Amino acid sequence: MSELSQANPVKAPMLRETKKGSVRKHIITLLVRNELGVLARIATLIAGKGYNIEGLSVGETHERGLSRMTIEVIGDDVVIDQVVKQLRKLIDTIKVRDLTDTPHIERELALVKIHTATPRARDEVLRIAEIFRGRIVDVSQSTYTVEITGTEDKINAFVELLKPFGIMEMARTGKVALKREMANSEEDV
Amino acid sequence: MARKGADIVIETLKEEGVEYIFGHPGGAIMEVYDALYRDGTIKHILTRHEQGAGHMAEGYAKATGKVGVAMSTSGPGATNLVTAIADAYMDSVPVVFITGQVPTHLIGNDAFQEVDIVGITRPITKHNFLVKRIEDLPLIIRQAFYIARTGRPGPVLVDIPKDITQKLSDVKIPSLDEVKSSLPGYKPHTEGNSQQIKRAAKLIMSAKRPVLYVGGGAVQSEAQDELIELAELMNIPVTTTNMGKGAFPELHPLALHMLGMHGTYYANMAVYNCDLLIAVGARFDDRVTGKIEEFAPQASIIHIDIDPASISKNIVVDVPIVGDVKVVLRKLIQEIKREGAKLVFPEERHNWIRQIEKWKKLHPLTYRNSEKVIKPQYVIEEIWKATKGDAIIATGVGQHQMWAAMFYKYSYPRQFINSGGLGTMGFGLPAGIGAKIGRPEKEVFVIDGDGSFMMTMQELITAVQYKVPVKIAIINNGYLGMVRQWQELFYEKRYSEVDLSVQPDFVKLAEACGAIGFRAEKPNQVREIIEEAMKIQDKPVLLDFHVDREENVLPMVPAGKSYREMILEDGKKSVDADTMYLVG
Repeated sequence: MSELSQANPVKAPMLRETKKGSVRKHIITLLVRNELGVLARIATLIAGKGYNIEGLSVGETHERGLSRMTIEVIGDDVVIDQVVKQLRKLIDTIKVRDLTDTPHIERELALVKIHTATPRARDEVLRIAEIFRGRIVDVSQSTYTVEITGTEDKINAFVELLKPFGIMEMARTGKVALKREMANSEEDV
Repeated sequence: MARKGADIVIETLKEEGVEYIFGHPGGAIMEVYDALYRDGTIKHILTRHEQGAGHMAEGYAKATGKVGVAMSTSGPGATNLVTAIADAYMDSVPVVFITGQVPTHLIGNDAFQEVDIVGITRPITKHNFLVKRIEDLPLIIRQAFYIARTGRPGPVLVDIPKDITQKLSDVKIPSLDEVKSSLPGYKPHTEGNSQQIKRAAKLIMSAKRPVLYVGGGAVQSEAQDELIELAELMNIPVTTTNMGKGAFPELHPLALHMLGMHGTYYANMAVYNCDLLIAVGARFDDRVTGKIEEFAPQASIIHIDIDPASISKNIVVDVPIVGDVKVVLRKLIQEIKREGAKLVFPEERHNWIRQIEKWKKLHPLTYRNSEKVIKPQYVIEEIWKATKGDAIIATGVGQHQMWAAMFYKYSYPRQFINSGGLGTMGFGLPAGIGAKIGRPEKEVFVIDGDGSFMMTMQELITAVQYKVPVKIAIINNGYLGMVRQWQELFYEKRYSEVDLSVQPDFVKLAEACGAIGFRAEKPNQVREIIEEAMKIQDKPVLLDFHVDREENVLPMVPAGKSYREMILEDGKKSVDADTMYLVG
């Protein structure tokens, strides 16, 4: 007898697996044509999924008319995958890549203005800046402004150490990131 | 030769082979209208509202496969196009929208009739442009057409500031190769990955209970021959979505008709029980899947689609194939023929077809007719008979749309024109006019609801002006019928704001516009007025069918529910869940 004529009714419905990914921070790098509205288009698409752009940096590349964009966004893996596909569909995007699970180099730059009224504070801040390979880029009677580059963690650590002195202002770029060519190369120094 | 920007617009449109523009003039677009007048080649249809122009361009594009063109002025002219743009985006309709804009130096100044239409339409266009330099004008317009019609088609908007249309330039119209090379980030895949096609062929040959699930992509790609060949070669039953109607002839013995919320019992049963679902140019919309966890729960899925972002969006698929439906199906058939020269169908395959025949007999698509009151389904059937199944049908949105989908049997692609994705009431009349203008040799019936009709009825006068002999059948139940049906089924008959029984005399309205009007209030008048209408070929005819007010669209799978909860007839809650299962 065939399978069909032996119809074997079951009460509980069969269920199809649905995809749910974990929610985490993704780093997406895009090569885009530097056209009117390209940033708005990309931002609209991400906002349309209900996600907030956590970090963003844009700058021209060596090729005329092309810019590199790095976007940090916290979201579900599955939805981000969908976002990447849709970003690729945009007419002005040349390349889109989710670097999160790919070996890559990422850097941020921060400018931190610190209250340094006493000679002791000046010494301390200078020393910390040196340890972190920061540079003092502006000095006044009562402030130092330090430039520092590095990974997100490094900058966070630096900022934590300076907090007791009193941070007056700070500005931080979003991340810039590029894929590593040697997949197994050591974290650079 | 130096000429005005406005002349460059017309020159480029002619280069693209544009025959018709649907539009409405105004201050910011006047130069283009002047160039149109002076040139005299392209025919312009003056609509009475820009939304009508947008839907006409859509109807034209859907019926012909060509790119439709709609044009308006800045500000309110442009915002009135927005619904049509969103509609075209949802249904992947190739339309180029051209809007006038205030002069460049006034942009951002809250000038008279200024609106940032590029910003407004960014999420509802495939792409859009604001023209900043006259030298870019012909390239941008050609890019717009190229983007609109290739890959997954869609609407593209070109916003042209007035000063650009007035400036002089001797810029040349670029060639198609120049257009392509100017878009380095845009390369639609059409061919399909051959490894994936091989995998798909193997799955199809070994499946015991396969079903083809065919959507609008198959209509766009005009893959009817390939679909019939594949279905017949492998003996696979075919269900079509609302957008896929006509991609596979509905009188074919393998046709399962529509699936999903208002799908047939046998289509939904087949999908629920299949072990292989072959999705062809379809996107697993929620109106199709219902509760996603219970959609084709036993099936492996092959998904053929031109849009990589559509694949595995709502449902994880086993074999994704990105490519043009027609191209991929052709390769798939070749692969099957090569591999399966001595193909013997598994015994289960014959049983599967027999089982489907049983389901078709158990609950065919039907309704209870009446001699006292006109049943809406009866009207559709009579239109189908009178037009010998060959008419193009355009509809609004609601109950009448679903009856038109169910009870007219479609046989060719581009025959059923409706707003599937956005669900735009008022789509039917202008889309039908656009379709008739594009396909004058075909009888075009607009099947509309009384609610839908009133949303764009000003275009009746447009049809009269241009002597477009569309037939407009209003399925008049004096209700916003679909909302009423949901209120009956899910809100204990609390009929909140759905009564439309105060309405114009539609026959007199037609006459007031210079069209012809007929009314049927009894079933025996239905056939008669349809036949009368079909004799008139020089002006539009409106047919006002007073139908059973509280008829429901059934079967129905309530929104977000499983196919197991399908309601088959009034008063009966659902199918017996146990009967849903073929195999454990």
